[in-house]
Amino acid sequence: MLGYFVNSLFQAQQPAECSLLVAEQVRFPPDVPFAPKGFPGAGLLDFVVDGPTKQGYQDIVMITFRQVNKWFGATHVLRDVDLKVRAGEVVVVCGPSGSGKSTLIRCINKLEPIGQGEIIVDGRSLSNPTTDLTALRAEIGMVFQQFNLYPHMTALQNITLAPVKVRKLSREEAERIARKLLAKVGIPEKADHYPAQLSGGQQQRVAIARALAMQPKIMLFDEPTSALDPEMISEVLDVMVELAKEGMTMIVVTHEMGFAKKVAHRIIFMDEGRIVEEGGPEEFFANPKEERTRSFLNKILVH
Amino acid sequence: MTYDLQWNILWTGENGRWLLEGIWTTIRLSALSWIFACGLGVLSGALRTAPFRPLRALATCYVEFFRNVPLLVWLFFWYFGAPQVLPRAGQDWLNLHGPEFWSAVVALSVYHGARMSEVIRAGIQSVPKTLFEASVATGLSVGQAYRLILIPIALRLIIPPATNESLNLLKNSSLALTIGVAELTFMTRQVETYTARAFEALTAGTLIYLVLCLTIASVMAQVERALRIPGLIARGVRSES
Ligand SMILES: Nc1ncnc2c1ncn2[C@@H]1O[C@H](COP(=O)(O)OP(=O)(O)OP(=O)(O)O)[C@@H](O)[C@H]1O
Ligand SMILES: [Mg+2]
Repeated sequence: MLGYFVNSLFQAQQPAECSLLVAEQVRFPPDVPFAPKGFPGAGLLDFVVDGPTKQGYQDIVMITFRQVNKWFGATHVLRDVDLKVRAGEVVVVCGPSGSGKSTLIRCINKLEPIGQGEIIVDGRSLSNPTTDLTALRAEIGMVFQQFNLYPHMTALQNITLAPVKVRKLSREEAERIARKLLAKVGIPEKADHYPAQLSGGQQQRVAIARALAMQPKIMLFDEPTSALDPEMISEVLDVMVELAKEGMTMIVVTHEMGFAKKVAHRIIFMDEGRIVEEGGPEEFFANPKEERTRSFLNKILVH
Repeated sequence: MTYDLQWNILWTGENGRWLLEGIWTTIRLSALSWIFACGLGVLSGALRTAPFRPLRALATCYVEFFRNVPLLVWLFFWYFGAPQVLPRAGQDWLNLHGPEFWSAVVALSVYHGARMSEVIRAGIQSVPKTLFEASVATGLSVGQAYRLILIPIALRLIIPPATNESLNLLKNSSLALTIGVAELTFMTRQVETYTARAFEALTAGTLIYLVLCLTIASVMAQVERALRIPGLIARGVRSES
């Protein structure tokens, strides 16, 4: 289910223990062919795809790439990318350096414009000039390799900024949510610390809380643990695993294959701007079909 | 033959009042011009980094036009030239409120605004681009990202060069004597003319400029300390707390 935890935060005065109950009530039975009212993607029947619903995610398409091509000058960085990500699905993207992984996810909130093709996010086409890009970005949380916290603001201010300025929440309400999120990511005592006073792992957890505070429908992660010391990686991954369990739609660029095995519904392998291979974690790791995938997996799994 | 120093000429007769008036005019002229120059500088400096080409071009035109003409020429232009093409009501207002003073304010503002713009552009460009991306990714508009993230960080980074530019503005305000603004240099010259005591009068002027500049520098240093981002290295010291 989508964002139980985050949703529960927004239900005023509800103690955190209630979140599961609330989630139970809004559970969307897999055999109901439409999304309930108020659900992300509700009313977008054209985006309901056929076929059996895999346990754990919805048959609503949240993100569609259709024949997407992108160039940086003469470099062709995305080649004929076709991709569908459904609500609640966790997709891990891996591949060698320079293969276009970051570019792929940065296209989803249009941090990068594309050259050809179409991207549809939550029913809205990014190439349509009438799409309200700021409103769409507010629905998409993004976590970067280098954290990118605002250095002149405390952790709490980092988290409350967008809810207050974009969602127009009152400061008290935004702070209440921010404190719950900080507790959720395990650092409630760091609310008044500035980013430079936090460790890498703590900064990244604040960055995740900042993204979650907007109650996003989609979370994008670009190598969220690559800049961290080994002992801090697991504290960040734990938060992400929790989020995945709660049904968040996630696209995660990472080489943490343990994480991928544990939570990914699908793993995508990219090389030279192409999606070379994709599959569920079992088949992907057990018998990769492509030679390039095999040699890549050998490289990263061996040591 | 020795020169007989007579420091008391600085406060006898009208001289003391003249010098005080000069100081006050210099402060008013510099402060007003500084405020306008900062406004113009922040606006055009931010526009020069904006992700829209026409806005960037507009700001570049402003900067290149105003900083590449000598300040003295701008003073003459805004005093002798520009008022001629003002509408009647504007001319009347100027004549009532001291045309020399306001022409000097305009000249100093546009000239130093253009120079301040360069300082601010450099500041904004030294804020990592990824912070801009992080802020628009949360749904902030481009304008909000500038106002809430880029400019506040840039302003902290540019305090030393901006201080330098502010001191230049104060010192350049002395050129306003050429269009008859009775600021400090003007009054120093007046004291010198009336008393024929050049050394004492000019020494006094020199020291007063020095004191004004040192005061500004120390205020800006305080501001820098107050706005320091906790945990970041500043002035070679890692901050406590
Ligand atoms: N702003 C840019 N301008 C020009 N070329 C770029 C730009 N950003 C990325 N590229 C190029 O696009 C290609 C894909 O880059 P991308 O960052 O998406 O790769 P990646 O798979 O994320 O790599 P890594 O694992 O190193 O992060 C690379 O060849 C890179 O050099
Ligand atoms: Mg990358």
